[in-house]
Amino acid sequence: MSSNRALLVHGLGKRYEIGTSRARYQTFRDTLMQAAKNIFSRSSEQEASNKIWALKDISFEVKKGDVVGIIGRNGAGKSTLLKILSKITSPTEGYAEIYGRTGSLLEVGTGFHPELTGRENIYLSGAILGMKKREMDKRFDEIVAFSGVEKFIDTPAKRFSSGMYVRLGFAVAAHLEPEILMVDEVLAVGDAAFQKKCLGKIGNVAKEGRTILFVSHNLGVVANICPKSILLNYGKKEMEGSSSEVINRYIEIGREGCGEGTWESPAVAPGTDKVRLKSVRIVSNGEATTDVDIQKDVLIEVEFWSLKDKNKICTSIQLLDKLGNWVLASANMHSVSLEPDEWFNKECSPGIYKTTCTLPGNFLNEGLYSVNVLLLTDAVHLEVTMNEVISFTVYETGLMRKEFSGAWGGVVRPRLGWRTECLQVESKDQPFERGANQ
Amino acid sequence: MSTKNQTVKPSERFHLIQASKGWVLPNVWELWEYRDLLWILTLRDIKVRYKQTFLGCAWAIIQPVTNMIVFSILFGRLMKMPTQGMPYPIFVYSALVPWMFFAHALDASANSIVGSGNLITKVYFPRSVIPIAAIGSGLVDFMVSLLVVFFLMVYYGITPGFQLLAVPFLLFILILIVIGLGSFLSALVVSYRDFRYVIPFLIQLWMYATPVIYTTHLVPQKWKWLVYLNPVAPVIESFRDCFLSQPLNMGMLLISFAEAVLFLLLGINYFAQVEKKFSDVI
Repeated sequence: MSSNRALLVHGLGKRYEIGTSRARYQTFRDTLMQAAKNIFSRSSEQEASNKIWALKDISFEVKKGDVVGIIGRNGAGKSTLLKILSKITSPTEGYAEIYGRTGSLLEVGTGFHPELTGRENIYLSGAILGMKKREMDKRFDEIVAFSGVEKFIDTPAKRFSSGMYVRLGFAVAAHLEPEILMVDEVLAVGDAAFQKKCLGKIGNVAKEGRTILFVSHNLGVVANICPKSILLNYGKKEMEGSSSEVINRYIEIGREGCGEGTWESPAVAPGTDKVRLKSVRIVSNGEATTDVDIQKDVLIEVEFWSLKDKNKICTSIQLLDKLGNWVLASANMHSVSLEPDEWFNKECSPGIYKTTCTLPGNFLNEGLYSVNVLLLTDAVHLEVTMNEVISFTVYETGLMRKEFSGAWGGVVRPRLGWRTECLQVESKDQPFERGANQ
Repeated sequence: MSTKNQTVKPSERFHLIQASKGWVLPNVWELWEYRDLLWILTLRDIKVRYKQTFLGCAWAIIQPVTNMIVFSILFGRLMKMPTQGMPYPIFVYSALVPWMFFAHALDASANSIVGSGNLITKVYFPRSVIPIAAIGSGLVDFMVSLLVVFFLMVYYGITPGFQLLAVPFLLFILILIVIGLGSFLSALVVSYRDFRYVIPFLIQLWMYATPVIYTTHLVPQKWKWLVYLNPVAPVIESFRDCFLSQPLNMGMLLISFAEAVLFLLLGINYFAQVEKKFSDVI
């Protein structure tokens, strides 16, 4: 039974001290102060509240040759799990049994030094990843060929373009040949052609019957290369099963998170004596959510209190991508709206109103977007500006991914019309004039 | 996290990953398995150190020679430091060279773990490789600056004696001390960044506690034992005796060797206890 097993994880947990999980180092003075405090307080509850479980009670089993995706939101514990399994950090409780040589790829170009040449960096990175010098001598040419940076192999890495850097880094890691490969988000880098090459390599590794654990935010890629997936949520295992089911569950969980910003009463809401913002909600598929299927319409619902008579209120939204780039702006003005909004420029009496803006499906690219909401009176006086009041994530579910699985550039990803025609067939009597050096 | 290597099948390895409980033995076998990495990291430090420096290896000579000149003027000429008849320049230089190796190696080793944070959080390998590899580049400087010692020996007409054969052994003792103390300090710096500022200061004080610019003959017999509590003192004195063709104090050297081994054991043992926490703290 166990001879077929690659990995057995049992009750694995990892506890960090809250807020300081990345930078828990302290000065000697802190330690002394803490010691002094402990003498006087002796409160253990306080201590307990300062600690959080980044990972709790994780158990699963992976068979030899399985390719398993690990998905989950930021902070769900994916990277912590991978770090424990690759021995970088130790668990607080539980254990994991690993059958076979492991190789982990948490970063491309681990250990590269900018002053060293490509050749020196291959040996350095290889050694750090656990290769013996003999193995590297044997695979050196293969690694260089895969990376495609032959010409620059004796150039210091600091003169490399970032693309070359990444290619060389992945090339080294790709030739590790471990029995169990653990990969974390490394495909988020490099150009489309290279990503395709990387995915192909991972696919080949899988075909050779090796075991892969693959952590990614890119659900499309997980759906493509991993038959099975594990979903982590707030450090716990939420679900394990076929990737398509797990991905659906992942999007469902987002709904429970509720994409909503609400203010209880006009007294606390942002705004002026004319108008105050009541709530902003993202609705998709009929439910308030923060996670949106790329194919579905996204509704931005803005509710506000009108606090005066004869109030002409105009609602405007601005959409930003995760880098803060302005994607678009819109308002319920007649010339802007697809169908005229009857309440635009109409005097409204005190009350609660709701304006909805619809962003079509198959329009935004995948990723995180945030919304600024502006309320104006008489279409010119700005009364409320709430920047990034709400955000949502667009997930791809495999659509538009039949032919291409690399990163899809661009702020938007609309489906557009495409048509190709053959205008003329080359005749044998009158061939095209081709360039001399072809 | 403790790792047990058992051979299931010839090509297969089995690891058990679990929470570390209690006292851990330093895993020397694993360190041996990663000897290629140790070697490549050492080479990296050496290459990086001399790449893009205009004078390259010359720096290894310029520093101790400048120190020698300053000390010779201050303590040799002005203060007339008794040296038992030895010319002060070679007297001080023959001790400065091993001392500077010790000081640089200890400093590099102590700061090495914090300086390798990007590696420690991204990939697993025996952490003890890092403070040990940091010593390597100091060795090259040491070898280069030795050339000047031989030049000075010729200049002052000192006939080389059999003592010179002891130099590798003396160097070995220094390295043991640096590995032990460097591992200890490098782990300490991870948790308590204060030590980064303490270490240069400590090394400075340590130099005055070590017979580099003076000789232990100046210390009253009653207090001599204090000097020899410092394991580096007999080693530095012996280096000088080697280059000046003086008889070695073997008894003191053996005590120093024993102390070095003790430092090594304590250092790597402390390191083994705390290394699991590095990636969480760094």
